[in-house]
Amino acid sequence: MSAITPPMTGSIGKTPAAQADERIRRISPWRALLNRPEFGSIAGTLLIFILFGFFAGDSGMFNLDGVMNWSTVAAYLGIIAVGACVLMIAGEFDLSIGSMIGFAGMMMAVPAMFLGWPMWASMLFAFAGCMALGWLNGYLVVRTRLPSFIVTLAFMFILRGLTLVLSTHFSNSTIVSGVGDKLSADPVVHTLFQGTTLHGLFGWLATIGLIEKLPNGEPVVGGLPKVLLWWLGVAAVAGFILSRTRFGNWIFMVGGDSNAAQNVGVPVRRVKISLFVFTAFCACLFGVLQVADVGSAAADRGLQKEFEAIIAAVIGGALLTGGYGSVLGACFGALIFGVVQIGISYTNFDSDWYRVFLGGMLLLAVLFNHYIRSRATTGK
Amino acid sequence: MTTENKDDYILQLEGISKYFGTVISLQDVTLRLRRGEVHCLLGDNGAGKSTLIKTLAGVHRPNKGRYLVEGKEVSFASPREALDQGIATVYQDLALVPLMSVARNFFAGREPMKKLFGVIPVMDMHHAARVAEEKLGEMGIHVRSPHQPVGTMSGGERQCLAIARAIHFGAKVLILDEPTAALGVKQSCNVLKLIHKARERGISVIFITHNVHHAYPIGDSFTLLNRGQSMGTFAKENISKEEVLDMMAGGTEIQSLFNELEGRAAA
Repeated sequence: MSAITPPMTGSIGKTPAAQADERIRRISPWRALLNRPEFGSIAGTLLIFILFGFFAGDSGMFNLDGVMNWSTVAAYLGIIAVGACVLMIAGEFDLSIGSMIGFAGMMMAVPAMFLGWPMWASMLFAFAGCMALGWLNGYLVVRTRLPSFIVTLAFMFILRGLTLVLSTHFSNSTIVSGVGDKLSADPVVHTLFQGTTLHGLFGWLATIGLIEKLPNGEPVVGGLPKVLLWWLGVAAVAGFILSRTRFGNWIFMVGGDSNAAQNVGVPVRRVKISLFVFTAFCACLFGVLQVADVGSAAADRGLQKEFEAIIAAVIGGALLTGGYGSVLGACFGALIFGVVQIGISYTNFDSDWYRVFLGGMLLLAVLFNHYIRSRATTGK
Repeated sequence: MTTENKDDYILQLEGISKYFGTVISLQDVTLRLRRGEVHCLLGDNGAGKSTLIKTLAGVHRPNKGRYLVEGKEVSFASPREALDQGIATVYQDLALVPLMSVARNFFAGREPMKKLFGVIPVMDMHHAARVAEEKLGEMGIHVRSPHQPVGTMSGGERQCLAIARAIHFGAKVLILDEPTAALGVKQSCNVLKLIHKARERGISVIFITHNVHHAYPIGDSFTLLNRGQSMGTFAKENISKEEVLDMMAGGTEIQSLFNELEGRAAA
């Protein structure tokens, strides 16, 4: 595309002042951007926005409440997509994410509702339990050298089954309800996970007319859902660790070539296990936020979320074989999900087409990323 | 073989044996590396070269025999420990990750750190890029950009990158596992030049190969392995290229093959 552009004077600018080498070819900023893993998902997001702007532009989808709607969906998925993405970069899968979400909810709800625990304690219990399970996943994978696909597939069933067992044992149904009230009464858990925040800012924006007001004078959107902040936080921390720290370098090495990583002294096992723990943490965060939002825990929560998380990571440019990907890309992948899932009901399309659309999107993303990557790695 | 002082050896394997189950991989092998020499380890496939270097690198622990570094007996629990003693091994797979940049690969496992805002430890990518480019330049390799993926480099360049990396991180002993095996003529030549440069810097090199034409010009001494046993160590002045070739497994077989083929051509 940029073949006939004039001399690229302002190109990347990062090249240190080494002596000029006739074999150093200048790369245009456009090409440098194209070679980034997240490029596909950013382009995809733009495409989706243009599409929905065209088909649903005047439907209220891009009003503030509409935006909150789909960005909340994206945020939930984004949290687990970040976990799945980082784990995929390290060359492993976790198919138990979805079941872990349901199990986390149950681990939080059951002790609080039936064993008389305070909410904050059962919340901590859920996180500790999930991270221990994540550790077990990781330990089994690195210890047995079995594909993580199969080990975590087993846990996908084990945890889903346990969730059901717990639920029916304690509440005689597949749902544990009434958690919401108890949760709002607990200042710690409520502040951390429930509802929205930044009410002052939104109220102020409404008074200066940037947010529409309801007839009673309240702003249409009262605050920022906390799940969005969690998403941003998790993504920012994971993205920073991945791109800037030593541990991030190790993650890429472990996924790119675990043998090579071992030979240069990277603690491969420790890296992998800690990422399984991180993924479990993300799944638990999803589960806890969902319980806080819905006010109940149920045995079917998080069904198929593991696939959605992996799809978001792949759309975001993560390579199934590891060693390549980006947190930013995974976030855009999750955003695409949110926009499509919610946006389709704003259009005239039947929402049954949602999955068809996503499957097509995944295929397109994989083909596109494959093409870009083979160009990037062969330097053509 | 020599009457020199023991301390002249930077690295010694004395009567090493290594078994894998019922398989005898190495039997009573002795290898002594002098300080600052290029020592070629020659042998055909299955001669035990890989086991020997993995023993040197700390991957395997020998079942019998002694391993001495600068005259002191050692027993490495991991490759990391060998590395800490300055024994760096460049394996055939080079321990490079093709999808990662030159700079990140150069500092893999030994990332240069700085403090962000004085507290958060992060990788100093600027330093990594600058040093990687500079050190590769010293070795006569010019990369397009230290941020390019290693996957875009040629096999010879990758080999040189791996060697330059080992040298930069203070290798006293460099163990090179068939560095020229997959390379073309010119690229092999570059790698041999690099080995010579390493020797000039006082680094001792163990050069594993089955190619006598690469080993003979650069080597100072030669140890031949055959079916897990050492056939002896020879200084360059005591042995000719043809003798080395003959001694390697298949030397005589190759000779008879040559004779046969020549006979056929004459007929």
